[in-house]
Amino acid sequence: MKTKVFPVLLIIIFSVIFVIFYKGLQNSNVYEPQIGNQKNIPFFVAKAFETEEIFKSEDIFEGDKFYLMNVWSSWCTPCRDEHKFLLNLSNQKNLKIVGLNYKDKKNNAINFLDELSNPYDFIFSDIDGTIAIEWGAYGVPESFLLYKNKIIKKIIGPIDQNSLLEIKDLIQ
Amino acid sequence: MRFLKFFIVILIIFNFNLTHAKNKNLDEKITKNLRCLICQGQSIHDSDSEFAISLKTLVKKKLNEGSSEEEIYNYLKDKYGEWILYDPEFSKNTYFLWLLPLLMFLIGGAIILKLFIYKKN
Repeated sequence: MKTKVFPVLLIIIFSVIFVIFYKGLQNSNVYEPQIGNQKNIPFFVAKAFETEEIFKSEDIFEGDKFYLMNVWSSWCTPCRDEHKFLLNLSNQKNLKIVGLNYKDKKNNAINFLDELSNPYDFIFSDIDGTIAIEWGAYGVPESFLLYKNKIIKKIIGPIDQNSLLEIKDLIQ
Repeated sequence: MRFLKFFIVILIIFNFNLTHAKNKNLDEKITKNLRCLICQGQSIHDSDSEFAISLKTLVKKKLNEGSSEEEIYNYLKDKYGEWILYDPEFSKNTYFLWLLPLLMFLIGGAIILKLFIYKKN
């Protein structure tokens, strides 16, 4: 009896382990964040970048317009790469670009904008990074396309040619 | 004697810090239960990435505003998804994880029971 139970148990255990690991092989171990589709934009209060006046989010985001909320920083190299695409988008008449200056020194940020020119219609400053968390952002750069106070597209990482075309498509 | 008095005063002053200790521990407990999403395999408490530093500040802020532990978890779950919590919920993907210890306990019990009965006979 004992000699029969042991091999059967061994086979069962190994097959269970095999199935688990085999399934695990197909899973990607890179975490893909949930795309916050159709999520309402968060309410927040933040300082304006230039004037340091305090603004509420609802003062800036009006209902029936397209907004691109872009998290950026002067110390972030990919932000430099995506800047030309932001400048391209700033020519779009029905899109306003709102920047969120993430954990930056004001002087550095001003130099950054002077050097590469300013695509933003309005900039919030986020000194301790907590506003970016309200948005569910991971870091810089990150962009959110908003319409009617909803996030309709989220781009993690720099904007590239493909996402530029996609945004242009969406705001038509 | 004078030294003793001085020593006691110092001790009392340093003990004032402990009145905040409870809050501090809760804050550590929460950040240890949060996964740093941009640095794999670390908790928010262990990490020094920009994201983790911001999250630590946010947790402190929320605690000062009077949020409970549960509220903070729910808030972050809403923003980043369940993955940010180290404590997985019971769902389709995790039932095996939750039930395996129970299953092993039952199998172990069965083996012990069988051995006892086997011996008695």
